[in-house]
Amino acid sequence: MAQSLNRLKESAAQTAGPYVHIGCTPNFLGMTGVFPEDLGHSMVNDKTKGERITITGHVFDGTATPLKDALLEIWQADAGGLYNSPSELRGSADPNFTGWGRQPTDLGTGVFSFETIKPGRVPFGDGRLQAAHISFYIVARGINLGLNTRMYFGDEEEANGKDPILGRVEHKVRVPTLIAPRQGNTYTFEIHLQGDRETIFFDI
Amino acid sequence: MSNQDPETGSFFPRDRSWHPKAFTPDYKTSVVRSPQKALISFPNTISEITGPVFGHNILGELDHDLIRNFASPGESAIGERIIVHGRVLDERGRGVPGALIEVWQANAGGRYRHKNEGYVAPLDPNFGGCGRTITNQDGAYEFRTVKPGPYPWPNGVNDWRPAHIHFSLFGAGFAQRLITQMYFEGDPLIPLCPIVNAISDERAIEQLVAPLDMANTVPMDARAYKFDIVLRGRRSSLFENKLEGN
Ligand SMILES: [Fe+2]
Repeated sequence: MAQSLNRLKESAAQTAGPYVHIGCTPNFLGMTGVFPEDLGHSMVNDKTKGERITITGHVFDGTATPLKDALLEIWQADAGGLYNSPSELRGSADPNFTGWGRQPTDLGTGVFSFETIKPGRVPFGDGRLQAAHISFYIVARGINLGLNTRMYFGDEEEANGKDPILGRVEHKVRVPTLIAPRQGNTYTFEIHLQGDRETIFFDI
Repeated sequence: MSNQDPETGSFFPRDRSWHPKAFTPDYKTSVVRSPQKALISFPNTISEITGPVFGHNILGELDHDLIRNFASPGESAIGERIIVHGRVLDERGRGVPGALIEVWQANAGGRYRHKNEGYVAPLDPNFGGCGRTITNQDGAYEFRTVKPGPYPWPNGVNDWRPAHIHFSLFGAGFAQRLITQMYFEGDPLIPLCPIVNAISDERAIEQLVAPLDMANTVPMDARAYKFDIVLRGRRSSLFENKLEGN
């Protein structure tokens, strides 16, 4: 016998379901007048520092069909590598950049798109720099517990090669699933839930 | 560590045997939407322990009152009037202040206000079905709404969701992000539901069932249901590896 740790259990997740837009992006659904705008709809304004980029893609199921009812959230550092968060103690992030975005996949095509800036690099626990990356949280009907992944940048080959997280991936053949190629100012991040090209999902 | 100190530690690892597994074939949609390869684990970095925080300034006066926030002036939603209240806690049992909670639900007849919804039950012109609030210093929150109806869904030939309210929660770190559902004490549909039964531990299911709370019921007005939600806790050791720059 010993003392109790007096810990609670995290509440178990349940799927966001097909109607997640009602709660998270009601204006996208045409339900206007309740909230002035959908949270996370815009991440930047005209004073935001950094290189403007677009991130776009699909979320494919195991039959290669794009999900048309998924919701994606992204979280990233500002151009100087600081997060706009009270838990960020290394300095003050760009006040004109929220760092957090939320977009549904299009109800007809399944395309998602974020207008943001390219983030700066942030440290790993041991002080090494991580390659620039964006954290993703993905929910949808049929996904019981939200999925966590990361997007890395196709034009950051050298940094990606030394990234401490990518370095943990045993099957190197899977690393490209996290790396979005660049064309102009657009990065395309195709997310595959299953199959040969299944995206790496993380237990964070 | 008091609640006033900045929250910067790593989170306790997520107990994935407590959560539903990704592949739960009785919930058919999960079959082609569940990753099949092992998740890759890594220790929290600054990217996981930070997260967006929302100020009370985003909230409108009626955001947490679903009975009125979509209704025409002077009107209100039809259905059993209820108050849903509780606390957002972390695994260490401490209240989580400033947590954004977003909710969505069907109306009293089990119908969602959504383009893709075709259930025969009618829409209520005075009910939208979305609400949001932010927890106070103790982690407490409160909504007023109507009790949602159960509804049929295409899975088996005759599957019905128990009455439920969807909850989305933000703590202080992006790794705490959680979406779940609240059920109502005594609903006989709970043990029949393939989505509920994606959770294998009976205690984890019970934790999602809100009891009737007569003490907090408003006489002649609205019954209360109490629903506490637990988010991941943070390690508090001073001996944790310091991040560069700390
Ligand atoms: Fe639902």
